[in-house]
Amino acid sequence: MGNKIKCAVIGPGNIGSDLLVKLQRSKVLEPVWMVGIVPDSEGLKRAHELGLKTTAEGVDAMLPHVKEDGIQIAFDATSAYAHEENSRKLTALGVLMIDLTPAAIGPYCVPPVNLAAHVGKHEMNVNMVTCGGQATVPLVAAVSRVQDVAYGEIVATVSSRSVGPGTRKNIDEFTRTTASAVEKVGGAKKGKAIVIINPADPPLIMRDTIHCLTVDTPKVAEIEASVQAMIKEVQKYVPGYKLVNGPVIDGNRVTIWMEVEGLGDFLPKYAGNLDIMTSAAARTAEMFAEEMLSGKFVPAPTAA
Amino acid sequence: MDLKGRKITLHDMTLRDGMHPKRHKITIEQMKSISQGLDAAGVPLIEVTHGDGLGGASVNYGFPAASDEEYLGAVIPLMKHAKVSALLLPGIGTVDDLLMAKDIGVHCIRVATHCTEADVSEQHIKMARKQGMDTVGFLMMSHMNSPEGLVKQAKLMESYGANCIYITDSAGYMLPDDVRERLKPVRDALKPETELGFHGHHNLAMGIANSLAAVEAGANRIDCATTGLGAGAGNTPMEIFVAVCNRKGIETGVDLWKIQDVADDLVLPIMDFPVRAGRDAITIGYAGVYGSFLLFAKRAAEKYGLSSRDILVELGKRKMIGGQEDMIEDTALTMAKARDAKKAAVAS
Repeated sequence: MGNKIKCAVIGPGNIGSDLLVKLQRSKVLEPVWMVGIVPDSEGLKRAHELGLKTTAEGVDAMLPHVKEDGIQIAFDATSAYAHEENSRKLTALGVLMIDLTPAAIGPYCVPPVNLAAHVGKHEMNVNMVTCGGQATVPLVAAVSRVQDVAYGEIVATVSSRSVGPGTRKNIDEFTRTTASAVEKVGGAKKGKAIVIINPADPPLIMRDTIHCLTVDTPKVAEIEASVQAMIKEVQKYVPGYKLVNGPVIDGNRVTIWMEVEGLGDFLPKYAGNLDIMTSAAARTAEMFAEEMLSGKFVPAPTAA
Repeated sequence: MDLKGRKITLHDMTLRDGMHPKRHKITIEQMKSISQGLDAAGVPLIEVTHGDGLGGASVNYGFPAASDEEYLGAVIPLMKHAKVSALLLPGIGTVDDLLMAKDIGVHCIRVATHCTEADVSEQHIKMARKQGMDTVGFLMMSHMNSPEGLVKQAKLMESYGANCIYITDSAGYMLPDDVRERLKPVRDALKPETELGFHGHHNLAMGIANSLAAVEAGANRIDCATTGLGAGAGNTPMEIFVAVCNRKGIETGVDLWKIQDVADDLVLPIMDFPVRAGRDAITIGYAGVYGSFLLFAKRAAEKYGLSSRDILVELGKRKMIGGQEDMIEDTALTMAKARDAKKAAVAS
């Protein structure tokens, strides 16, 4: 097993459980710990059955084992409030944090847009924005690489069943972090994000709408080509990322309607919001793992 | 039922729900004159914001004539007796917007969620309560949840600190029996000191009857709008509801003649089109679709050569909820593609 980087997943909820399935398929990552805070958690039970070490006592209970178990990467799928402490404790031990909460302490990573920019930076904390951000920021970037975008607005609609208690308590962090990534990674001068939780049964597949207001008249053909190319990039790790309608051009408005169908790893296929988040996180971690395995990146403890 | 002597609070929606039929373009001057008229007529509580609440300014819902801050800042200093409220939909607006509203003098925050998703309001209700604001939990599209389901959601909002819970008929779908069935168990389940409110729409012309049923079921806050200016066929018309309350001996504190004058002299002249139960608004009520979809469906129908009624019915089938305005053009595009494919098949 010398050719895999060992990792821990913190938070055995929807996102953590889905991520675990994906990590088990990875050629360069090996999940060894699952950390929770609720003793009778289903997610912890599942992880235990899969042969991971588990604790319901939070990150503190894992800290003494980090060295002996060789954990080099930790994924945080808890909440924005909990992440800061988790990150502080783990990076102090030299563990690289992949943050799946909207805490956004570290720089944003939206793989098809800026994964390459993180190579060689030796960052110890990288933030995965939000599921809505992963699903929409690539397309804001697809428009902004053609021409200046004065305003980018995204609407992410997710099924009620796919939204766990962490996200619900952190809904403001979700909208703020997504809006900020629309600007910083998507390249829009101003960003706005809206999230809708729809309780329909059977559950609706994740839908995402991207509105861009361009500074000058939209260059229709170039935008169409750029959008199609970006969709192909995302499909490399989320095959169910599909264009439903658009791009529709109306004056300076460019609108694109997407659907994100998941792989059905943990929750059924409607929960594409889980897949796009966990697939992006796994892809990001794999990039860092390859750097570590080749000796280009040796994570060092960060002073608290 | 004998309601003589019952005291209720009327909450005016003209300058918030009324923003929908005005495409959020009510001017600052119109806001000032109408709110002063309402204040002088004795309306105790007036809502002022973008139609979709604080932070609603967007491509998705429409850009308003002025910012929430500008509207609130213009209206609040003019009020002699009335208090001002603001709506906030988690997922659209944030606690930052709430704090801005508090700083500018907003008295009451109404935190609105879909009727099954109350737990996204915890952050906002707790913060509003901490700020000492009159804090209302507002359950939208309440026809889409059972009475027992609404009880659970109402109690969640109460547990976060809401001092008043609203059952909101955003689609104007409910009939008086639906209102009674839902409000009574919620009234019984809430603490006696927690207030209960009802927000109606007039799509099936049930605004008045439903509001009266709500008072009978124990509601003490009722939303109305002068001339009914609001989404769909509008809200419960205040000037009519005050007349009905007077006849029933329900005490509202609103002057019947003055509120009629506000309606006829100030609000009617600013309407862009008659806010009435036309075919689209009736369809919204009949199919149980979110009221503010009306103008979006009309525009999409025009753009893609479809019937707005068909679009609204399709949105109902797809179980779209409040805030999903982005899905209207999407649905129209998909319907137009299907139509064109059919035509092409026939032609070949």
